[in-house]
Amino acid sequence: MNEFNFLQSLPAIAPEIGLVITAIVLLALDSGVPFVYAGLPESRRKGLALVTAASLIMTALVSVAVWSPTPETTGLYWGGMIRYDVLALVFKVMILFAGGITALIAVDSEGVGNKGEFYLIMVVSTLGACLISGAADLIMLFVALETTTIPLYVLAGFKRNDNRSSESGMKYFLFGSFASAILLYGLSLLYGFSGQTNLYAIAEYLSSGAFSANAFPVLAALVLILVGFGFKISAVPFHFWTPDVYEGAPTPVTAFLSVASKAGSFALLMRFLLAVFPASVVINGQEIQNFWATLVAALAVVSMTFGNVVALAQRNVKRLLAYSSIAQAGYTLIGLAAVQATATSTGAEAVAAITYYMFMYTFTNLLAFAVIIVFSEATGTEQISDLAGLSRRSPWMALVLTIALLSLAGVPPAAGFFGKFFLFNAAVQANLVWLAIVGVLNSIVALFYYLVIIKVMYVDKGKDEDKPIPISRAYLYVMGVVSVIVVLLGTIGVQPIFDWALQGARALLNV
Amino acid sequence: MIPLWMYLIVAAAVFAIGVYGVLARRNAVAILMSVELMLSAVNINLVAFWRYLTPQNMSGQVFAAFVFVVAAAEAAVGLAIVISIYRSRRSVVVEDVNLLKG
Repeated sequence: MNEFNFLQSLPAIAPEIGLVITAIVLLALDSGVPFVYAGLPESRRKGLALVTAASLIMTALVSVAVWSPTPETTGLYWGGMIRYDVLALVFKVMILFAGGITALIAVDSEGVGNKGEFYLIMVVSTLGACLISGAADLIMLFVALETTTIPLYVLAGFKRNDNRSSESGMKYFLFGSFASAILLYGLSLLYGFSGQTNLYAIAEYLSSGAFSANAFPVLAALVLILVGFGFKISAVPFHFWTPDVYEGAPTPVTAFLSVASKAGSFALLMRFLLAVFPASVVINGQEIQNFWATLVAALAVVSMTFGNVVALAQRNVKRLLAYSSIAQAGYTLIGLAAVQATATSTGAEAVAAITYYMFMYTFTNLLAFAVIIVFSEATGTEQISDLAGLSRRSPWMALVLTIALLSLAGVPPAAGFFGKFFLFNAAVQANLVWLAIVGVLNSIVALFYYLVIIKVMYVDKGKDEDKPIPISRAYLYVMGVVSVIVVLLGTIGVQPIFDWALQGARALLNV
Repeated sequence: MIPLWMYLIVAAAVFAIGVYGVLARRNAVAILMSVELMLSAVNINLVAFWRYLTPQNMSGQVFAAFVFVVAAAEAAVGLAIVISIYRSRRSVVVEDVNLLKG
């Protein structure tokens, strides 16, 4: 490890420093500074959303413009705790945008948007998710994961007087802490077998052949760790919490937790599996990479199939999006299973496919949830059947939700098409044609339930059709900008974003 | 000196008891206690591995310290959520908390 240089190490955590400053500013604005400033009055707390969003999005843009890692500066920083590379930056940018957009779409949400602590807790969770995407040490990995999830437990149960919200918080907490304990046991075993906590040092130790006695303990640790990650990305069979938490939590929180914690966990999962168990790790004649790739492929198949089939039967739109997000985790896992291809160039393409998919998924899912927030604040319902006639009540909202759903379904020109295309292409390149076929069949099933919602909005007759739904100007702008981003990501934005992700993938795989 | 594998067996046993508690108990506070048991098993593992394998390298002990800190934070948040559930329903039994299902 190089000598510690404070100034050279700073860029590696520049976005996190921005987030800490944001959190302190928010706290000061909300509760005031003794003897200096009394804090915002209750009626003006909504302005904090703008402060949060502006600060997070500025942090993202400045990090890309000023602190983008170059091949010379890529490497381990802060005593090997953080790896500074393009992949981490791509994920940090999407997480920061997710936080910023969530703050904006939370403004008018009853009991959430006018509370200063909501923005503060969300910024702390964003901080954890940013740290996850660069974590390169078991200790850092664990602390960052908990920094993301503990605030999310609070956020899920944020509406204390709403029974559904507190129930969602409790379920998330119980399942989440159980999953972290299992993950942690796996990490402790991994530490024991290698005597190291740095991911890259563990890989070096394992591939040096020093640990050659028996592959079984390492595989057991790997399985425990995959169970823990499976919970975080809500892959079947570790998905129990997802529908209940998504339905009960305040909608802006659902939006945030469906994208930020998922994106962070996928970044970490990729880094962990590819850094600690690359193809060179062979224990007792067994290639560990084949083992985890098979396991991940199996998780992908069950997650996609289960998520899509159960989503068909849902009547509540938030619950439907929960099952859809389980299925989306399944599609993304296809890419991870495809990384094991022996040729490193196709491996890099698979990593880039996952990154692109998470990038477009972040914007698409937030867009869908933005519409649901406006709709349920105006009408007080989240049932799909109540969306009937939305195209007459509010044509813009219907159009925006249509774009989001088509993107989730993978219909061009929305971004989802290329997301799925890259993932399935990676699977074919890695000789996993069967996995790609399962994915395509599942996309057809998924298309059905997304189209049903669109049909309900445009064709079905609703009982309140003469009552238009008002959209405040803030929501109009946010929904407009994000839907333009979703369409751009699927047209002219594909090449630059994919190239950026590919650069990140090369940095991760060292090719 | 006590060999390393004995510590590992104890840790595995404590961990298994914790898992059983989480799956079998119906009271949210008891589930929380079982999770704490699982975390203690992790700490036994970490400290034993550190002492026997790499006593010159502090990372195992540091890891254990972080597990303590995070477990405390987790318990604080968890108990707060359980109290808010208890205030509205007068029960912390997981089966009574069943508004959301499908």
